[in-house]
Amino acid sequence: MVTKEDVIHVANLAKIELRDDEVEKFREEFEKILEYFDVLDEVPEDVEPTYQVHDLSNVFREDVPGESLPRELVLMNAKHVEDGYFKGPKIMEG
Amino acid sequence: MGYATSMEPDVIIGLEVHVQLNKLKTKLFCSCPLDYHEDEPNTHVCPVCLGLPGAMPVVNKEAVKAAIKVALALHAEVQPFTVFDRKNYFYPDLPKGFQISQYDRPLALGGYVTIETEEGEKKITLKRIHMEEDPGKLTYKGSITTAKYCLIDYNRSGVPLLEIVTEPVMHSPKEARLFLNKLRIILEYLDVFDGSLEGAMRVDANVSIRGGGRVEIKNISSFKGVERALSYEIARQKNLLRMGRKVERETRHFDEVNNITVSLRSKEEEQDYRYFPEPDLVPIYTAELLEEVKGTLPEMPEEKRERLKAQYGIGDNFAKVLVLDKVMADYFEEVAKHVDPKLAASWVVDVLRGELNYRGKDFRFAYEMLKPEEFAKLLRYFREERITEKGVVEVIRIKLDHGGDVDEIIRSRGLFAIPKEEIERLCREAIEKNPKAVADYKGGKKKALDFLVGYVMKATRGRANPAETAQILKKMLEE
Ligand SMILES: [Zn+2]
Repeated sequence: MVTKEDVIHVANLAKIELRDDEVEKFREEFEKILEYFDVLDEVPEDVEPTYQVHDLSNVFREDVPGESLPRELVLMNAKHVEDGYFKGPKIMEG
Repeated sequence: MGYATSMEPDVIIGLEVHVQLNKLKTKLFCSCPLDYHEDEPNTHVCPVCLGLPGAMPVVNKEAVKAAIKVALALHAEVQPFTVFDRKNYFYPDLPKGFQISQYDRPLALGGYVTIETEEGEKKITLKRIHMEEDPGKLTYKGSITTAKYCLIDYNRSGVPLLEIVTEPVMHSPKEARLFLNKLRIILEYLDVFDGSLEGAMRVDANVSIRGGGRVEIKNISSFKGVERALSYEIARQKNLLRMGRKVERETRHFDEVNNITVSLRSKEEEQDYRYFPEPDLVPIYTAELLEEVKGTLPEMPEEKRERLKAQYGIGDNFAKVLVLDKVMADYFEEVAKHVDPKLAASWVVDVLRGELNYRGKDFRFAYEMLKPEEFAKLLRYFREERITEKGVVEVIRIKLDHGGDVDEIIRSRGLFAIPKEEIERLCREAIEKNPKAVADYKGGKKKALDFLVGYVMKATRGRANPAETAQILKKMLEE
């Protein structure tokens, strides 16, 4: 069972605001999605989880410095900039 | 008072230490250069560490090897198979909306660090060691309370971090400090870490008092801060318990200016991070890397301590101190090549170390100002009684403050001791020129000897040893 509170909690974590009718819509959709996971109940418990769907492993890069981006490009798409910094909201938790 | 002993079994402390592998040349998942400390904000960034759409991370091989090196040195069990995960949360220092970290398949499990407490040696056991990327850095114009917004620098974003998590086995702020000190020494021995760089080691501390909830103090950025934050927090929790109130399980922030902890009222629980395997990175099998790393492990502090004792015949009291800083131990060994090691150990540990501390310097500075060969030469002069103890100290101070040539300093300051033959000649002269004092002495006025000693001291401008001079005079007078 997915409750209204579950939906609101998840929406909060994703920083998304939902109207009441949307909460109910997502509650129903979440429930349907979770039903798919019932399939997993049929899998025996000693099966290793899948971390990757292909066979690659140990892909590395050498520790050799490359070029960083010029700062004009870095800040180009930012709406709020000051003295070479990005400007962001002040987060006071709680 | 309740503070009589440092050990309080009811106090339970665990630490999560974030260590930058800042001796590497590039970040964890991109080739941006790591040496950003002197540079302008947002000049060491690229699409990967800015979290731009489509950018793909690739793991820095040396970072994994450095992490394995640390795990081995901390006696942890490097896991054969390890995976990166996404830790999802929103904060301006994380451009992607998640941090690449590790969750259920960390690099290493277990391990320990040995500390020396007043109650003897103690093993601080570890839960796990995992790799993750450092977030960017937030600053506030003016203070955090008055600023209207934050300024974000992503130069630090993507710096390779190790998170080292201890079991909750420490019982005092002091034990926590000893643990961090020892950890720093080990990391510097491994040459993967420079603790002098700003933000190189940051600590989250969990502290509880039996019967109360566990409180997490986030992001303490200095060693002193850890001890002070814990002391404050323990006192706060004790007060609550004494008043019959409950200690709530919560996360608090340490205010370094006012030395207090403040509630963050954040209710984020582990499941809220919605960890899942990072789909842009592939798993790592460590066997091959482990073999490569095993051959490169340097001598660690405990091994060095035993070797120094065996090789040089110095006492444990000296060996113990020498290994606290690898550079100091190296310095000692170079001095010991040229002069009696026992003499070298006591002068390095008891005198030179103190003079450096007093100046806020370490042995890197000694290498610059007073080279091991020069120090050895000075100690040889001392051993040959060509310079007094006081003279050696004077030369050390001049060298550290002004530099210069050892022989030249000794000569110009008149610090060379007077040869014994010269003292004997002056003693004879004193006797010849002062018949009255001699007669007084022979007549039983023992104090007359002081007058003769004074004569020799005056003639040598105080460089003769008064006790030794008195000895020589007595012998001559009684012949
Ligand atoms: Zn980058």
